[in-house]
Amino acid sequence: MEKQRLKTGSLSRRDFLKVSGITLTVPLVVGPRVLKVAGAEVKVFGPGKVPMTFTINGKTYRAELEPRVTLLDALRNEFDLTGAKRVCDRGTCGACTVLLDGKPVYACSVLAIEAQGKAITTVEGLMQDGKLHPIQQAFIENDALQCGFCTPGFVVACKALLDRIPNPTPEDLVVGLGGNLCRCGTYVGIRAAIAQAARMQRGG
Amino acid sequence: MRAFEYVSPTTKEQAVALLSSTWGETEILAGGTDLLALLKDDIVRPRRVVNIKEIAELRGISFSMPAGLRIGATVTLQELLDHPDIARHYPALVQAARGVTSPQIRNMGTVGGDLCQRPRCWYFRSGFGLLARDETGRSLVLEGDNRYHAILGNEGPAYFVNPSSLAPALIAYGARLRIFGPRGTREIPVERFFRIPKSEAEREYDLQPNEIVTEILVPPPSAGMVSATYEVRQREALDWPLATASVALVLEGQRVRSARVVLGHVAPIPWPSPEAERALLGKTVSEEVAQAAANAAVQRARSLGKNEYKIQLARVAVRRAIQQAVGGGARR
Amino acid sequence: MAERNAMEMAEYKWPEPERRRLIGKRISRVDGPEKVTGRAKYTYDVNRPGMLAGKVLRCPHAHARIVRLDTSAAEKMPGVKAVLPLKKVGDEILWAGDEVVAVAAVDEPTAEDAIRAIVVEYEKLPHFVLDTDPKAAGERVRPTAEQVEGDPDAAFREAEVVVEGLYGASLITHCCLEAHGAVVEWEGENNVLVHVSTQAVSGIAGQMAGPLGVPAGNIRVKQDHIGGGFGSKFGPDSWGIAAAQLSKMAGGRPVKIMLERDAELMVAGARPSYYGRVRVGAKRDGTVIAWESETWGTGGIPPTSPLPLPYVLRIPNQRKRHVAIVTNSGPARAWRAPLHPQACLLTMAALDDLAAALRMDPLDLLLKNIELAGERADVYREELQIAAELMEWKKRWHPRGDPSPGPVKRGLGVSIHTWPGRGHACRCDLTIHPDGSVEVKLGSQDLGTGTRTAIAIVVADTLGIPLEAVRVRIGDNQYPPAGGSGGSTTIGGVSSAARRAALDALDQLFARIAPLLNASPDQLEAWEGRIRVKEDPSRSIAWEQACARLDGMPLTVRGENPGPGELTTAGAAGVQMADVSVDIETGIVRINKMVAVQDCGLIINMKTAESQCYGAMIMGISYALYEEKIMDPATGRMLNPNMEFYKLAGLADIGELVVHMMTGEKYDRRGVIGLGEPPVISPGAAISNAVANAIGVRVPFLPLTPERVLEALAKKGGSHARV
Repeated sequence: MEKQRLKTGSLSRRDFLKVSGITLTVPLVVGPRVLKVAGAEVKVFGPGKVPMTFTINGKTYRAELEPRVTLLDALRNEFDLTGAKRVCDRGTCGACTVLLDGKPVYACSVLAIEAQGKAITTVEGLMQDGKLHPIQQAFIENDALQCGFCTPGFVVACKALLDRIPNPTPEDLVVGLGGNLCRCGTYVGIRAAIAQAARMQRGG
Repeated sequence: MRAFEYVSPTTKEQAVALLSSTWGETEILAGGTDLLALLKDDIVRPRRVVNIKEIAELRGISFSMPAGLRIGATVTLQELLDHPDIARHYPALVQAARGVTSPQIRNMGTVGGDLCQRPRCWYFRSGFGLLARDETGRSLVLEGDNRYHAILGNEGPAYFVNPSSLAPALIAYGARLRIFGPRGTREIPVERFFRIPKSEAEREYDLQPNEIVTEILVPPPSAGMVSATYEVRQREALDWPLATASVALVLEGQRVRSARVVLGHVAPIPWPSPEAERALLGKTVSEEVAQAAANAAVQRARSLGKNEYKIQLARVAVRRAIQQAVGGGARR
Repeated sequence: MAERNAMEMAEYKWPEPERRRLIGKRISRVDGPEKVTGRAKYTYDVNRPGMLAGKVLRCPHAHARIVRLDTSAAEKMPGVKAVLPLKKVGDEILWAGDEVVAVAAVDEPTAEDAIRAIVVEYEKLPHFVLDTDPKAAGERVRPTAEQVEGDPDAAFREAEVVVEGLYGASLITHCCLEAHGAVVEWEGENNVLVHVSTQAVSGIAGQMAGPLGVPAGNIRVKQDHIGGGFGSKFGPDSWGIAAAQLSKMAGGRPVKIMLERDAELMVAGARPSYYGRVRVGAKRDGTVIAWESETWGTGGIPPTSPLPLPYVLRIPNQRKRHVAIVTNSGPARAWRAPLHPQACLLTMAALDDLAAALRMDPLDLLLKNIELAGERADVYREELQIAAELMEWKKRWHPRGDPSPGPVKRGLGVSIHTWPGRGHACRCDLTIHPDGSVEVKLGSQDLGTGTRTAIAIVVADTLGIPLEAVRVRIGDNQYPPAGGSGGSTTIGGVSSAARRAALDALDQLFARIAPLLNASPDQLEAWEGRIRVKEDPSRSIAWEQACARLDGMPLTVRGENPGPGELTTAGAAGVQMADVSVDIETGIVRINKMVAVQDCGLIINMKTAESQCYGAMIMGISYALYEEKIMDPATGRMLNPNMEFYKLAGLADIGELVVHMMTGEKYDRRGVIGLGEPPVISPGAAISNAVANAIGVRVPFLPLTPERVLEALAKKGGSHARV
């Protein structure tokens, strides 16, 4: 079955040569092929499944995935890390926000294959020693959530904002949280939660 | 999303060798904020995706006098915003980048990607092609809903608006692009990079399928230069502008010695307005002069039926950008 | 027991204020920790062993007939486990995005490949999606009978001032962040397990039994959390049934179908558009005496019903006509407070225009006519005064048209609304375990309103135990049936049933404990973790010790609503005010501040009640300024089935929001009334009125886009709109 899959989804050798017009040094087989281009060897992954390794919340995860699988789908479908949500799936709503090397990104708009070798932090990884992160605690206390579907994305985005700007002004929130949307309308609580978490982190 | 193979070259020479010479067969992956949506919507169907983020020479920002500014193509919008020299010398660029109010997009999206992203035209994104024609050849933009379409440069057959946030500011500063391809490196002004396609086979920019934008070169700020970007955007949350204007004026005393006025989101290309520039030259900027320039900028604008309001918005964007540049007027 | 019940009948009421340790206080929701850590599992998050990915092929045309359908290539693809045509050759499609074929495959990419391998040919038929002009709709209009009350003709003759206006609100969608969908699997030939994103856990099995050919009792339905519903998630939907059928075809393997975002916005529900020409007649002192309205709008194929007009205020003489326009815009569904936001806009905007014509403060006009609101008139009067204070209305209001210089004009608007909100039918089982822990089970759901928390509050307060001692189990149709969560009926239903169950359980426990404390059961009370003698609190026993007397057997009691004692009633009243800034050069509207003053009877949890109001105002800002299901005349498709151009308000778009909940004996004694719908009704009207007050002209339709604002300004004064 696996072989048939590869055949349907991949290029034939002839097609491939037509596309690239370059030398194929290794025949089409499972696993990365190597192309010799511009005097160097470049690995070609896919289009079939490729073994991949990820560092998520400090732990190592492995899976065999096609290059077309997004980081979001890998997290949710392969590793059952379902905190990041699939909502717009087009890099608009922020429900899939995760940290890549500490920076918030839309996991729906990152290919899993390119997230290898980076530190991936999801909402599941924000608790420290079994304790809620201050922003998580502040979300609860300020009722910054209703249905909760946007909440993990917002929590991660807020954490990233506070990491960058410990005392955000209203203007900082415009530019710092414009990438997340909520349908139930929890923004009043979220604003209060950010203010509280900022105070808590100052030790206030 | 259809299956594709993935490569991640480490030099621009490798990247170019891995790209097909035919459009559609390969796609370049940088920030991914646009490409992944295009893949999911089946608008592009590459057999190979070439990730250019591992190419070291496409990264980095440097600034010096008199060389000016060099921005690597894979520099992110956030890196651009965080750079102190850019903040000091190129406010129109910073204001344009700040208009992208999503930190996620700013962390992912690259400067090169901002220039090369495809139009947001809803017919294009629904699979009707860049020129948005149905199977009988009629323009869906003209027949359908064109509230977000072009008011300038809209003689056809293209009616989409260029979506770049940074291009108007870069053009106003006289920036150039360095492009690498099979025949080596070439350089063109950003202004000449964009073009209005005349057929479905053409792209909206001057790039061969196996060329990549490698660097953006911005001249050093001239003495007496003031500049600004003004965006008319409905929401504070991440939202496409309805019209923008970037201006760069060189003042001699109070008078305008040279002027660049470039509109965004109003035409299939970033739209430089020589009419507005002429209205400013030699003048002392007052509200009346700014208004005259704004009126001149939209002199040739025309509605497609549902987008007349954008003419007004473009006019306001130009006037407010001029006023913002010289230090007066409303700031958004 | 019969004797006890008779004796206790009078006791089915809410506790007095001094006996409420939790009810009415600000309690953090009990499922907050799960939700902020990402541990909460929604239907979308359910990953079952061996699960297949289901996908649906949808028709791209708004009106078409299927002339060829070939699924053979998809069926042969490796990894594809089931292909299920949902339409056949010859079938007519009536909206773009309608389901044609469903497939199940080993993973999502494979399922997508299979969808692309299916060949469908359509004969395109003429479509129609325009809804703003009934004259352009030809044969697609469906008039309803004229409704007349009093003598409108005579009243308009008598009127000293008559205003006429055009108002309306575009088609919008629910845009639930969790898309509609289900995960379905067969256990053997006859048992089905369904995880589904639904507002009606107890109602799903009955709807699936017929199509699946199994008894409803064999269908297990589960849902821990739901990512938004807003009225659009009461059924299994065709894709839920398809998931079940695909699962059966695949030997029972679980099949997950969650809608893609574009489908979610195209086919999973919309709020119908309504537009109308309204005439209002009044005396010079502002007394409103006559109403006439002609309305139209679309909800897709089924004709829309007339609106409840005039809204809240029962104007004595009225004539109303409604014409539904049948379009290929896709299905409509109940959208939070069905018909009310549109009726509210048409009424409150018309009254606001009347006030402008009379050169009256619209707040005074409302107060002048508030008796027309009937039995809630006093509540409105009180709420209008509180709102006015919170908004500093009297200080800040100006006649229509902000005279201040500069392009940014500021204005105030007001609106009032009502909603029934009586508790629905609901049953729950409350179990006191011998270890003192308490469980409540019911086939209900928490839409994010805080239902779980409210139930826990009621039970804990009634039993005199801490909130943490109560475990609320919902989201399973094996629990006692509870009504669907629609129409703001949940809080009244679940809180009443839980209160009755807890009171009855307490009675039974008292009967066991009374001899120990040398008292009769009716002399006992539960308070702060102890059961004690009311008259002599020193005679008491700790809750856990009391429960240990249950002889090792849990005590389970059924609570129901409706039932004895009036614990829930109907008829919430609310007032909202908006303060906006309008840039008359760009037509962009920004919210400076909104005030909501709301009554909902006895409040169970002040924190989540306020959240309902904040959230509703924000949703209201969204539909007032941004949201529109944009239907394309050229293709008949929705042009913005994404979250990029289907615009929702963001965190920085909402201004300052102030909520004031009405509390006190007068409100408490009405019992619990629902709150989901009421506060979402007025924002559109209040914001529209504020914009008119700012710029001096009515922008007829919501959303108030730059395009529409500039157009209204241009009509008003030509040069005004130009800079």
